[in-house]
Amino acid sequence: MNISLNARNITVIVLLAALILLPLYVAVTGDRFMLTLFTRIVIMALAASSLNLILGYGGMMSFGHAAYLGIGGYAVGMLAHEGIGTGFIQWPVALLVSALFALIVGALSLRTRGVYFIMLTLAFAQMAYYIASGLSRYGGDDGLTIYKRSQFAGLINLSNKIQFYYLCLAFLLGGIYLIWRLINSRFGMVIQGSRSNDARMQAIGFPTYRYRLTCFVIAGTMCGLAGALLANHTDFVSPAMLYWTRSGDLMFMVILGGMGSLFGPLIGTVALLVLEEALPSIIKLLGSPLFGDAAGRAAEYWQIVLGPLLLLVVIFARGGIDGLLQKVSQKVRRG
Amino acid sequence: MRKALLIAGAAVALAAGPAMAQQKSIKIGFISTFSGPTAAIGNDMRNSFELALDHLGRKIGGLPVEVIYEDDQQKPEVGKQKTEKLIESDKVDFISGYIWSNVLLASLKPVVDSKTFLIVANAGPHQLAGELCSPYVFSTSWQNDQTPQAMGHYMNQKGVKSVYLIGPNYAAGKDMLGGMVSTFKGKVVGQELTVWPTQLDFSAELSKARAAKPDAIFVFYPGAAGVQFLNQYVQAGLKGQIPLYTAFTIDELSLPRQGEAALGIPGAQEWVNDLPNEANKKFVADYQKKYNSSPTFYGAQSYDAVNLINSAVVAVKGDTSKKEDMRKEMEKANFKSVRGPFKYGNNHMPIQNFYLQDVVKNAEGKLVLKTVATIVESNQDRFHVECPMK
Amino acid sequence: MLLFIEQCLNGLQFGLLLFLLAAGLTLVFGIMDLVNLAHGSLYMMGAYFAATFVAWTGNFIAGVLLALGATLALGIVLEFVALRHLYGRNHLDHVLATFGLILFFDELVRLVWGPAGMSLSLPAWLNTAVEIMPGVYYSMYRLSIIVVSLLVAIFLYVLVMRTRLGMLIRAGASNREMVGALGVNIKLLYTLVFGLGAALAGLAGLMQAPILTVQIGMGENILILAFVIIVIGGIGSIRGAFVAAIFVGVVDTLGRSFFPDLLRLMLSKDAASTAAPALSSMLIYLLMAIILVARPAGLFPAAGK
Repeated sequence: MNISLNARNITVIVLLAALILLPLYVAVTGDRFMLTLFTRIVIMALAASSLNLILGYGGMMSFGHAAYLGIGGYAVGMLAHEGIGTGFIQWPVALLVSALFALIVGALSLRTRGVYFIMLTLAFAQMAYYIASGLSRYGGDDGLTIYKRSQFAGLINLSNKIQFYYLCLAFLLGGIYLIWRLINSRFGMVIQGSRSNDARMQAIGFPTYRYRLTCFVIAGTMCGLAGALLANHTDFVSPAMLYWTRSGDLMFMVILGGMGSLFGPLIGTVALLVLEEALPSIIKLLGSPLFGDAAGRAAEYWQIVLGPLLLLVVIFARGGIDGLLQKVSQKVRRG
Repeated sequence: MRKALLIAGAAVALAAGPAMAQQKSIKIGFISTFSGPTAAIGNDMRNSFELALDHLGRKIGGLPVEVIYEDDQQKPEVGKQKTEKLIESDKVDFISGYIWSNVLLASLKPVVDSKTFLIVANAGPHQLAGELCSPYVFSTSWQNDQTPQAMGHYMNQKGVKSVYLIGPNYAAGKDMLGGMVSTFKGKVVGQELTVWPTQLDFSAELSKARAAKPDAIFVFYPGAAGVQFLNQYVQAGLKGQIPLYTAFTIDELSLPRQGEAALGIPGAQEWVNDLPNEANKKFVADYQKKYNSSPTFYGAQSYDAVNLINSAVVAVKGDTSKKEDMRKEMEKANFKSVRGPFKYGNNHMPIQNFYLQDVVKNAEGKLVLKTVATIVESNQDRFHVECPMK
Repeated sequence: MLLFIEQCLNGLQFGLLLFLLAAGLTLVFGIMDLVNLAHGSLYMMGAYFAATFVAWTGNFIAGVLLALGATLALGIVLEFVALRHLYGRNHLDHVLATFGLILFFDELVRLVWGPAGMSLSLPAWLNTAVEIMPGVYYSMYRLSIIVVSLLVAIFLYVLVMRTRLGMLIRAGASNREMVGALGVNIKLLYTLVFGLGAALAGLAGLMQAPILTVQIGMGENILILAFVIIVIGGIGSIRGAFVAAIFVGVVDTLGRSFFPDLLRLMLSKDAASTAAPALSSMLIYLLMAIILVARPAGLFPAAGK
């Protein structure tokens, strides 16, 4: 494998190293909050990567992807509530139900394109949302607390934050690896070809519908896994996980990081969630000596830049951060 | 940068040796709603919390105090996240606040797991009084059922034989309606639970209530929903026809907006602004002076929370690592509450009086809430038997 | 029976409100092929403007008219500054960019008006009940919403079917390139259409404000319903939007009223109360999914599509 040493690759390598070494930092400083934050980042990066598979590579604009996070989470939560605490049952159920839901949604939606596809995937996600909020036994809109994380018969203790973090990281890296293998195979070629020109792919003789449906199901299942992890991380599931604006947030992470690039979703998730945590503090810290109280208030309203940022990225920076980093390396090489 | 400071601080702390006996300051986290239509409640609680700190000279147990306010946006998952942030990132010594029962229930596990003291200043889900009770959780408010139970007693006194129930479909709504039914001796001819917090159109429920021809309607709609409900109750022409009995639907915040619609509609409360004890007179007077408005029961409960915390820290002379001692002190409810003296039950829920509040016009023609009578004395919630604590 | 009539009226009122919102959306989508998620934000701005101007002028009607004007102006500015860069791009770009606009407007409102939301009180002459049938009292204000919305619907009909502008709109919905090729000032047409859509959204927002809410994010919930309606009705078709909106409004309202009773026959009271609103909401989406799969162009597709 030939990895050139450009800005983008260096960023990715540094990021991966930081993620792997994070628990060490936490053990030294005792800042457990970082571990919580980055576990969340890793799980969301897995979800974003699964969305990237169908959106970035496959051109399938699913606006209902958050539904799988919810389905995976609720599978774990509902089973735990009923007394089935073992992960060996919970997680396969989560994956199975996600796959099934993706199969149904994909089978019906993939026959359409453009905004109709968006609306259909959205409609199904909203239906899942309403199902979740309609189950009074599982808390409805109040949500459901999970008192014991998934048990794995002593093999791994999910309540141990460090073990759990590494498990999530392993899944993330595994997921990215899976996507890499898929994309670089014939399957991936059909998917990507279908994105740019479906008619041509069909003319060549590929049953593109079947390929895209398979891709859709794989992505849904991967996101369902992220959902099961998320439920264990937060010890809580609620219908809000499935609301359509959450799908928008996922898309934001993918777009910001760079659609159609392998590590783009990870970069985008890290950027967005770290920004959410750090930016208010940074603004306040840097701005206070200059602007005093106004800096504190500005820090509170920082989210106002998020919207225009997304707008600008969509209009001008199609490749996201990943694309920008690549452009930087090109400029450096030329200059 | 904050993280860097945290690292430096942690390094110093580690270097200084384990188990520091004295703390530099007391950190309190406060979770409430500061956005959306119910932000007024959060502000009232924050104002009262701040006033209580002012009255203590901005010191708890002699130590300087820092309060971190976080907004739960009225959503359980957000409240939970903010709770975790307060515990893990800000490392608070106490957490207080919580208007909504569903937010509290979602946030309970991280608090109890981390053995942080939680002083609940409003929500009172029955699970917390029962099977989920914890040595680390205290309430300065009530258990949800208590207030409507008092109302049920009052309705019996008034000879109400049948009632139609309307309330929001979340943890507290169900508790409220259930609590009222538990003491009411008449018949329940219908019950409607509405979508919470989004449904603000009660015309369907009011029509159904009218069709059922009950002696009275009982409702629970806190915050802005209470304003909407009362207006629609009047607009539907029901005010002269079917009397309304309420819990937590009319308070000092909603009354100005409900206006004449609220005249003569009774509610029950463990605190009304005109309770005659010294602590309350000072609280209400100073609140009106500082904020130019009247405090609500939400604020009164938050004010008490500060004093409860203070009593604990004073007892251990500032050494917050002595959690057992703090707990024992708090169980004594050894502070001057603005509702008058009260005791704690085994489940750390108050055993207290409940008063009948009515809406009247005072001498200046302004609408105010007035204590009319005591409905029950030293009332204990009915879930304390389910709590395993002694 | 009386309850049923009252609920039908409520459903009609809700449906008409949805129509106002959906009409703008379907026009913009049909003419400019623009998927505008920020339409819900214009709805929100209409409500906030109304609450502000009514408080400022002390007069309900004056405040409402000012708010309408402000929303119209805002729509035009928005189109000019941000949205015209999106014409011709694929729908995903529209969705993402306008999602970004939603985030922006939510924060902007928080910055300018604060996080608590606002309230809009009705003047006394509107805050009464009217006995429309013996024993059936209906809110005067809701009646006026129905009347105003119907008037606007008639106005739109006349505009689209009987004026030159309307002819251009219909032509643009069928064949955009041809209209441009015929020398019509397409840019101006687009701006006007967008402004009209914005004003309609603002009207819907300000009309529901006194009875429902004025708060941040209020557009997000109803926006999805609006999209469902235009998809069911057919993109670009005002008539389709009208029919679909009334249908959705009535089904949703009747569902929320009568489903709980139906379910209570089978489930516990608690379960029924929780499941009922969820089920009636789901019904709408299920309907849309069925229609999309069976008739992808909607019930009344614009001619030529």
